Amino acid sequence: MTNKSGSAVEMINLQRIFGDVKALDGLNLTIKPGQLVALLGPSGCGKTTALRLLAGLDLADGGQITVDGRDITNVPANKRDMGMVFQAYSLFPNLTAVENVAFGLKVRGISEEIRIKKAKELLDLVGLSREANRYSHQLSGGQQQRVALARALAIEPKVLLLDEPLSALDAKVRTQLRDEIRRIQLEVGTTTLFVTHDQEEAMAMADLVGVMSNGKLEQIAAPDDIYANPATAFVASFVGAMNRIPAKLSSGKVEFLGQSVKYGGGSSATTVVALVRPESISVTPTKVNDSKSGTVIARSFLGPQTRLTVKTHEHGTHLHVDMASSDALELTAGTNVSLTITASTVLTDADGKN
Amino acid sequence: MTEQIQSRNVVAAIPNGGDSRSRRQTSNLRKNLFDYSGLIPFFVFATLFIGGPTFAVIFNAFLSNEGSWTLANVQLAFTDVYYLSLLSSLKLALASASTGVIFGLAIAYGVAISGKPKLQKIVSTASGVFANTGGVPLAFFFIAAIGNYGLVTVGLQKVGIDIYSGSFTLFGFSGLVLVYLYFQIPLMIIVVYPALEGIKSEWREAAVNLGASKALYWRYVGIPILTPAVIGSFFLLFASAFAAYATANVLTQGTIPLLPLQVGTLVSGDVVADQANVGFAMGLVMIVVVGIAMTFYTYLDRRASRWRKR
Repeated sequence: MTNKSGSAVEMINLQRIFGDVKALDGLNLTIKPGQLVALLGPSGCGKTTALRLLAGLDLADGGQITVDGRDITNVPANKRDMGMVFQAYSLFPNLTAVENVAFGLKVRGISEEIRIKKAKELLDLVGLSREANRYSHQLSGGQQQRVALARALAIEPKVLLLDEPLSALDAKVRTQLRDEIRRIQLEVGTTTLFVTHDQEEAMAMADLVGVMSNGKLEQIAAPDDIYANPATAFVASFVGAMNRIPAKLSSGKVEFLGQSVKYGGGSSATTVVALVRPESISVTPTKVNDSKSGTVIARSFLGPQTRLTVKTHEHGTHLHVDMASSDALELTAGTNVSLTITASTVLTDADGKN
Repeated sequence: MTEQIQSRNVVAAIPNGGDSRSRRQTSNLRKNLFDYSGLIPFFVFATLFIGGPTFAVIFNAFLSNEGSWTLANVQLAFTDVYYLSLLSSLKLALASASTGVIFGLAIAYGVAISGKPKLQKIVSTASGVFANTGGVPLAFFFIAAIGNYGLVTVGLQKVGIDIYSGSFTLFGFSGLVLVYLYFQIPLMIIVVYPALEGIKSEWREAAVNLGASKALYWRYVGIPILTPAVIGSFFLLFASAFAAYATANVLTQGTIPLLPLQVGTLVSGDVVADQANVGFAMGLVMIVVVGIAMTFYTYLDRRASRWRKR
């Protein structure tokens, strides 16, 4: 239906400064044709700024943006051929769904017959053929975002830009639409940049996830790689659940909970915080009270998995431990347990952030 | 046996069910009456000062001096000087409402896009005050400022500018339009501002993103969204100017035949005796004109607010 090949996007050393704040501090990002890249990060990390610079809705203070090798840094937004879906519902309220989808074609001077035909095809693609003649106030939030997606795709954009398009929707619709956006993106093959603060969304949809902090890209990698091999303490803490355990660093080993694990990067001070995922700790009942044991103080049943909260005897740190629910039946609150670190390496963070 | 039991139960159930239903209805009625009791002063006020006078105007408009039913008063209201006063009032309302819409919209738009909350608050408060200033004090204010010997008139004369050298006079049609603008422009700002505020920046950005220029955005999105609010506001301003009495009375002293002034003169019987019912008929014409204007305003405002909701 649209450009199956997609376009290559490159952001080179992008800078954007608002007063004293560096919203983007030398961002470098490459998106291959047809890829869906998610920019993930907390509020104010610069991810939306990056998207708006690519859309041309804001101008960079420095750096360069290219699409298929062509410099578009100073090209006006209406000449960039980018389709964007906004966070807030942004359908034109005076136009019906089909007129909204056809809008981009109308301003390009495409004949009414062709643009309405194409708009209907796209509404069909997003499953809204029957709602073609409805106005935005007659559509649900999920339907409005579907129309917005169809509208963005109608102009056969070089790049599809998604600015937290699911954040205003309820959980069930969010999951449905998330899968649908990915299906459509794969079907049409449009290069897509997706901005979100929801790691689950980013992980589920993207080919690559870029984690941003303070205007910089901390790491960009495949979702499983980001989770398993976080490059920095920030990425490790931001993506997925992470325990922060007081530790000491000595001779390339991180010592904590009476155990010694290979240092995997991060803070190199003597006293550090070891970053360990809940599934990288295993527990077994014990009667011994030592530095590698603790007491179960709470348990949360999460279906196939159960999350235990364990208070360590050594520092009184509260740890989360994820394990198969079938293995956790005996581990009720008050049970004394021995803690074993199963990760082969651990990242560390500077101490004092507990 | 079973049938007897069932039958007994049914018989027993009906009065019980009826009782509880009736108790529920009584309780609901009491609750509704209690909920609406706070509005009693408003209803009394509306009945005494809107409903009663309106009924009196309509009733008397169709009554002859002898007390019989007639259409003569209404027919007379569309003849000679009475017809002229209707036209003058329509002309005045049209001129002041159109000018008020243009200037009010321009100011409201400027304030809305300024992105300065303090300025928006000041303009909103000031508009609220100015829009409610009218009558004799407003007329006096203008006479003191730009009357023949007003402060501004004399001040300007001293620097060689005579605002009365041309056809302008505060006490004629153009003067009246100018004075009416004092409350028409702020009224326009108040009523159109929510519509302007409701224009989302995402709509403009989405349009631009889809390839539209600024002009195309306004043509296909901005103007169609604002149109109902602007036309609706025009009708409100029109009705406001059409029905204004005190300011016009003080300024023109009857030199311009205006419908509200004619009604006042006829109903009070100061100049022409036995024509009060013609005055009521003209009042009826006013009610009809203002009613039509307000119906359009309400319809268009409802349309505009539908788009403001999301």
